Amino acid sequence: MQIIQPHYHAIARTAQDYERMAMSGVVAVAEPAFWAGFDRLYPETFLDYFRQISEFEPTRAAQYGIRHFSWVAVNPKEAENPVLTREVLAHFPEFFAKPTVLGVGETGLHKSTKNECESLEAHVEIAMKHGQLVLIHTPHLGDKAHGTRRVLEVLAGMNIDRERVWIDHVEEQTIKPCLDAGYWVGFTLYPITKCSPKRAVDMLEKYGTGRILVNSSADWGPSDPFTLQECILEFRRRGHTLQEAIEVFHNNPCRFLGQNPKFDIKPIRVEMAEEEPACR
Amino acid sequence: MLSPEQVVDASFLEARHMLLEIAALLDRYDAAVARGGEAGSPVAVAKLAALRQALGALREPAPPQDRTVALLELFAQV
Repeated sequence: MQIIQPHYHAIARTAQDYERMAMSGVVAVAEPAFWAGFDRLYPETFLDYFRQISEFEPTRAAQYGIRHFSWVAVNPKEAENPVLTREVLAHFPEFFAKPTVLGVGETGLHKSTKNECESLEAHVEIAMKHGQLVLIHTPHLGDKAHGTRRVLEVLAGMNIDRERVWIDHVEEQTIKPCLDAGYWVGFTLYPITKCSPKRAVDMLEKYGTGRILVNSSADWGPSDPFTLQECILEFRRRGHTLQEAIEVFHNNPCRFLGQNPKFDIKPIRVEMAEEEPACR
Repeated sequence: MLSPEQVVDASFLEARHMLLEIAALLDRYDAAVARGGEAGSPVAVAKLAALRQALGALREPAPPQDRTVALLELFAQV
């Protein structure tokens, strides 16, 4: 089955991931800008990072037949330095011009501070001004519900096209208000600290499959890109058809990411082939 | 050997994850019952009752025997 991994931090992973993903049917990954594990001090550090994910990483993925796309952002954990944020934001248009950059992300909130909220607003503003997609990170664990509410409050005050905004890392307590407000949502599957494959399928069965993206966001922490395939297995094991799985794990990413014409992978449909006489 | 604080810190997130999986299982069961209108086979009902009994046993602050032993003996009955 063809799969799209819409949130994947490739630079933190080895080529073995690409090889195994390709063998399991992954045809494309999208890499949002991420936190490096420490707070970066210089705008140039971000710019080189953006070059890495928009120029080099597509060549690494291509060796395994995987298309690689990316996003640019200052991570919410680094938003406490507004001067740095502004300096990096000023360079975004250079990257919007790259052939595989899809938009702004992952912006969002970590502790929901004033600086973080202002940074989120600035990120969304520049994305909308340049016709880009937006990927929004919501906080982990204890801050999840409050942080997601704050994200929705910040967005509610802005003039945005909600169908071009993806609110990620939703869980059972945050999915409904995000869907009700008209945004796309993402389930991020982690071995321990975020959503699990089974809980993701529970939510797909409860809320339907529209405007939902499933990803494993594998990064440098405890994470596993194949939680996505575990989720597909769980989905199929519960009796959902192959086409229904394709709708969620391939076609939905095509529908959301394809709003940026650079993402040119189209939704697919499985059909029975006509029987043809054997060649002589 | 770990200190009490280390025991909690080392395993809190993993335990949280496992409890969320149990919560999701019970929600999934309720949804299935609501869809199908039936509670399931007697064996399934007995397994569910054992899980609920196990969850109750874990709430005891000072059980007479190790919780793990108690749960293994409980699950051996279904």
